Amino acid sequence: MSGLTLQNIVKQFGTFTAVRNVELTVPHGTFVCLLGPSGCGKTTLMRMVAGLDLPTSGAIRLDGKDITNVPTHKRDLGMVFQSLALFPHLTVGENIAYSLRIRGIGKEAQKKRVDELLAMIHLAGYADRPVAKLSGGQRQRVAIARALAISPKLFLLDEPLSALDAKLREAMQVELRQLQQRLGITTIVVTHDQREAMTMADTVVVMNGGEIRQAAPPVEIYRRPADTFVADFIGMTNLIDFSADGTGASVLGASIPGLAIPAGLESGIISVRPEDVHLTAPGNAPISGTVTFVRDLGGTIETFVEAAGKQVVAVSMPNARPDVAVGQTVGLKLNPADCVVLKS
Amino acid sequence: MRREAPQKFSDYGPLFFPAGMLIVFFVVPFATMIAVSFFRRDPAGFYSPDFVFDNYARFLSLFFGKVLGFSLFLAVMVAICCVVLAVPFTYLLSRAKRKTQVLWLVALLSILSLSEVIIGFAWSTLFSRTAGITNLLVMLGIMNEAVALNPSFGAVLTAMVYQALPYTVLVLYPALVRLDPTLTEAARTLGASPMKSFFTVVVPALRNTIVATLIMVFIFALGSYLLPQILGRPQHWTLSVLITDQAIYQSNMPFAAAMAVFLVLVTLGLVALTVYAGRKGEAA
Repeated sequence: MSGLTLQNIVKQFGTFTAVRNVELTVPHGTFVCLLGPSGCGKTTLMRMVAGLDLPTSGAIRLDGKDITNVPTHKRDLGMVFQSLALFPHLTVGENIAYSLRIRGIGKEAQKKRVDELLAMIHLAGYADRPVAKLSGGQRQRVAIARALAISPKLFLLDEPLSALDAKLREAMQVELRQLQQRLGITTIVVTHDQREAMTMADTVVVMNGGEIRQAAPPVEIYRRPADTFVADFIGMTNLIDFSADGTGASVLGASIPGLAIPAGLESGIISVRPEDVHLTAPGNAPISGTVTFVRDLGGTIETFVEAAGKQVVAVSMPNARPDVAVGQTVGLKLNPADCVVLKS
Repeated sequence: MRREAPQKFSDYGPLFFPAGMLIVFFVVPFATMIAVSFFRRDPAGFYSPDFVFDNYARFLSLFFGKVLGFSLFLAVMVAICCVVLAVPFTYLLSRAKRKTQVLWLVALLSILSLSEVIIGFAWSTLFSRTAGITNLLVMLGIMNEAVALNPSFGAVLTAMVYQALPYTVLVLYPALVRLDPTLTEAARTLGASPMKSFFTVVVPALRNTIVATLIMVFIFALGSYLLPQILGRPQHWTLSVLITDQAIYQSNMPFAAAMAVFLVLVTLGLVALTVYAGRKGEAA
């Protein structure tokens, strides 16, 4: 099978287990984001794919070939480091040509490829500049071009955009995704920024405590989180307790008809995204509560409601929201299809 | 951090003590030496004040030229050997475990506590026929009979490299510790073997440090006068040996001073040339 396969990867540092039993398949040409809080093992996992760390056990296969013990320099990959790691003693062109020079490719061919890559990253004519004279965004592009010079089988990026300011970062996310689609290269990005992951990835892999919690397309991660960690980590959510008695489920003191609860489950947690909590006039909905805070962001309005002793956040568009103020009573309507029953 | 230029005379206060020490113990003796180098030697006594160029003229002979040439050659060899040994060693040391690093650094510092005399006689024993390392090689069956390895150029070079290596490592260590480890990792992901990444990334990135270290070891080695005498033949004696000989045993202070001044000038010239060449290489 073409692509990258990780089989039961474990990495231990002394007694600490950084990555445990990771199983992951990345089909050829897809864009995968490893997403999680710091210390969740995502960078360690990527370093093992790159060969910079060796797994304690498990196997890594690339296009069907076992590369678990192949040294980094024989893996034909391109990697962008968080620090970028551009060589300070080389010019922009020499940095990009480094992997070609190491492979003994002729001067003419090197120059042609460097010009091609510089055009691709919109830095044509920068070949002879020292790296130190570039801005943050330009350095970022040079690091990307350097990693892509040999047309690698795997493109790895470790928190590549974390050093850029917010505006530039958003622009680079789009650019990176478009570049990846154009080249059709198998790409893995490590990030702790869920917006970044949602923007770029075909598959988002959410990690915590060294384990994969969920690996799915971004929308599915958002709409159908596998557990409370994923639901809470990705975007804003309301985690609400429920109890079930076999015939129906009760949430915030009211029953929600149509909410499918797995048989035998007596209590648990449901996740409801704030935009799926609909505010109505009191009495028009089974659940009612008191408004405790309103955050008007212009484009959207967040309303904090206390219902049955629990705080629920509703996000609405300004024109689709009843005019309520702090202290007033409102009704809350939940659509059973929008509620996800979670393992707690 | 913003630093204000000193405003009042008293702002220079912290400099008074070091400036005084430098003047009393460096500028005054050096000026005296320059002055003495123009004095006339008095065979009956010591020297008499004068302004003659005889001392410099006497120096311009094939014999002293050869000695000067050998001194510079020896110092350059020591510098190159030290840097060639110390750069890979220090690189590996800086990537080693904390405990290993401390152990090695303590061992290296302890070599600095040895006096040149002890180092010289220790190596002369190690290189001797009766008790030297060749006896070990005979025991191992590598050599047929034990031989004396000193006096020889190799013996002088070995002992001087041994003496200068700790300084070299200690000068290189901070620069190598600061070197971003992801640079070599990046080189490896780009297809360079660990060896290639060392030569294409670590060494070029540390070019300036390496040049500075070469100069430091070169100057350090130029002043050596004990080891060449203990471990070398007379043709391995450096200019420093001859200066000592003239000053102490021949009581010819003016000539010794002239040689010393000449040595300082040649050294400064070579260092300036190296720095200039380094600048030019950087601009290119």
